[in-house]
Amino acid sequence: MTQQVKVQEFGLSITRQAVLEMQRRNRRENLGRAWYKFSRNPLSIVGAATVSIVTLLAIFAPLVAPYPEHVKPFTDFANASLPPSLAHLFGTDEIGRDILSRVIFGFREALGMGVVVLALVVPVGVLMGLVAGYFHGTWIDTVIMRLTDIFLAVPPLVLALAIASVLEPNLFNSMMAVSLMWWPWYARLVYGLTSALRNEFFVASAQTSGAGTRHILFRELLPNMISPIFTKMSLDMGWVIIIGSMLSYVGLGVQPPKPGLGTMVASGAKFLPDLWWISVFPGLAIVVVVLGFNLLGDGLRDLFAAEEV
Amino acid sequence: MALLTFLARRIFQSIFVLLGLSILIFVIARVMPGDPARTALGARAPQWVVDRLREDMHLNEPLTAQYYFWLRDAVRGDFGISLYTRRDVAQDIAEFFPASFELVLFAGFITAVGGIGLGTLSARYKDTWIDNLVRVLSYAGVVTPAFVFAILLLLLFGLALGWLPAIGRLSEGIPAPARVTGLMTVDSLLAGRLDAFWDAVKHLIMPALALALGSLSQEARITRSTMADNLSKDYIAAERALGIPDRVVMGRFLLKPSLIPTVSIFGLDFAASFSNAFLVELIFNWAGLSRYGMNAMLRKDLNAISAVILILGVLFITVNILVDLIVGALDPRIRLQAARSE
Repeated sequence: MTQQVKVQEFGLSITRQAVLEMQRRNRRENLGRAWYKFSRNPLSIVGAATVSIVTLLAIFAPLVAPYPEHVKPFTDFANASLPPSLAHLFGTDEIGRDILSRVIFGFREALGMGVVVLALVVPVGVLMGLVAGYFHGTWIDTVIMRLTDIFLAVPPLVLALAIASVLEPNLFNSMMAVSLMWWPWYARLVYGLTSALRNEFFVASAQTSGAGTRHILFRELLPNMISPIFTKMSLDMGWVIIIGSMLSYVGLGVQPPKPGLGTMVASGAKFLPDLWWISVFPGLAIVVVVLGFNLLGDGLRDLFAAEEV
Repeated sequence: MALLTFLARRIFQSIFVLLGLSILIFVIARVMPGDPARTALGARAPQWVVDRLREDMHLNEPLTAQYYFWLRDAVRGDFGISLYTRRDVAQDIAEFFPASFELVLFAGFITAVGGIGLGTLSARYKDTWIDNLVRVLSYAGVVTPAFVFAILLLLLFGLALGWLPAIGRLSEGIPAPARVTGLMTVDSLLAGRLDAFWDAVKHLIMPALALALGSLSQEARITRSTMADNLSKDYIAAERALGIPDRVVMGRFLLKPSLIPTVSIFGLDFAASFSNAFLVELIFNWAGLSRYGMNAMLRKDLNAISAVILILGVLFITVNILVDLIVGALDPRIRLQAARSE
């Protein structure tokens, strides 16, 4: 920033390359500053680390899991129902499958669900919110926002359960069900932000210089909301994983023998309390993932000072 | 006056939202693949029976007409026959709702007392080990799904320690008190049966805790942060400087303005706890509305599903209006703002 100002002050003509170089340096500095701010809170680091480790485990599951073949139809009754030991850190289940391996593969389903749901939900919700907020007070606003009211009038879990139950029970349909319930939250967030920003001077000047609606929505307004949207996405990864695990728990999500964390908790529940490890470790795994995303989200929120989320 | 217009406007909005919700439910129940009449009768029913049921359910008419008949019946409280219990859905709901209500009330009580208590404690001893402990625990509480809590509690207190009964609403051998309100605790007190009351409370503790711990943690976090913010305000310093005892400052002057966000979130959580109860009731075999709804969903019992969702929607909206009223009562600024915007 300072350098650009100085250049203007002295009225020097500068080359395009010099500007690019400066921009690059600024970006590096900003990143460095952001990282410094983010890393001041040790919990944010714990969150970021947890999320990275879980993501890596999920991606490289076949390489990391001690018994990758245990996620396929597999039985080994000689080693069934073993308590946690060095060979099986989380123990084995009632048909001899290694719980740790299944938990690692379960991360895949959990993160996959989160990524797919957010990939569907964020564009739709953001678009709806942008349009409704930009046309604040018109019939477009009324239609879109009343529509979100309807979806928000019932706790998302209930409708997601209902939709998932009417469809064939599987992971794909449970993702669709959750997505259908989730976009209104983004619509509402972006609507609030857009309604506040639409009267700013930069929007007015874009309007007077003849910019089209599409340009104003996506090039002027949207870039100003990236941080709260990003923060909400990080927090929502956790919530989507919780809802996904609940759907799996009642048998409407991941189908056995595929390893879903919720499915594993459910299948172990009937062996409580003697074979406690079958449910408890997958249950704790859910808590760890969700905790990681929440800590990361909180860190991002503090970093961006995005209070709306 | 302002309050009345506010209330009228909220109710008007709610009717609109409910209408929209009814369309959504209708779409879920009718437009999804599969023939509802065939689903209701099973694959082995002869075709002419299915045809007659289709006629009865107005399934051969256009969708708009179907929706009209469905809504007309729903408003009259007629949701059709549940194919799971083979009884009138409205009758089923009347039977199962009180149990859920009791559970949710009890959980709400635990949430309010525990959440506000822990939050206040944490704010009072800010940055000491008490504060840190509460913060870590409440963080963990927020991110733990209710069904994981349910299983951990069941494992610890129900099975390993054996302190509390694991499932159901009353122990075997204790006859249920005559049904008056449907709330087991209230009914047993009305019947003057202390043994049944005590037993019912013991059955309530674990499911209610499993349901409450998440929102309790949320409440504690919010109470702590608003209280900590308000603690650094000038008026608190002034009151302390005047020599008003700390207990009075905390209890009278700090708590009330700090409770506003807590009450808003509490209302949302309370309304949502009917849906969170879905898994908790299933795990503790609690014969409530949520278990009924869950079973209906697992059996594709469309009439029951639509009724349960609609009832939960009505509840959710009502509680939200109530919360707005309570928040208005707590905070004169919000009350004035609402009045001005008329």
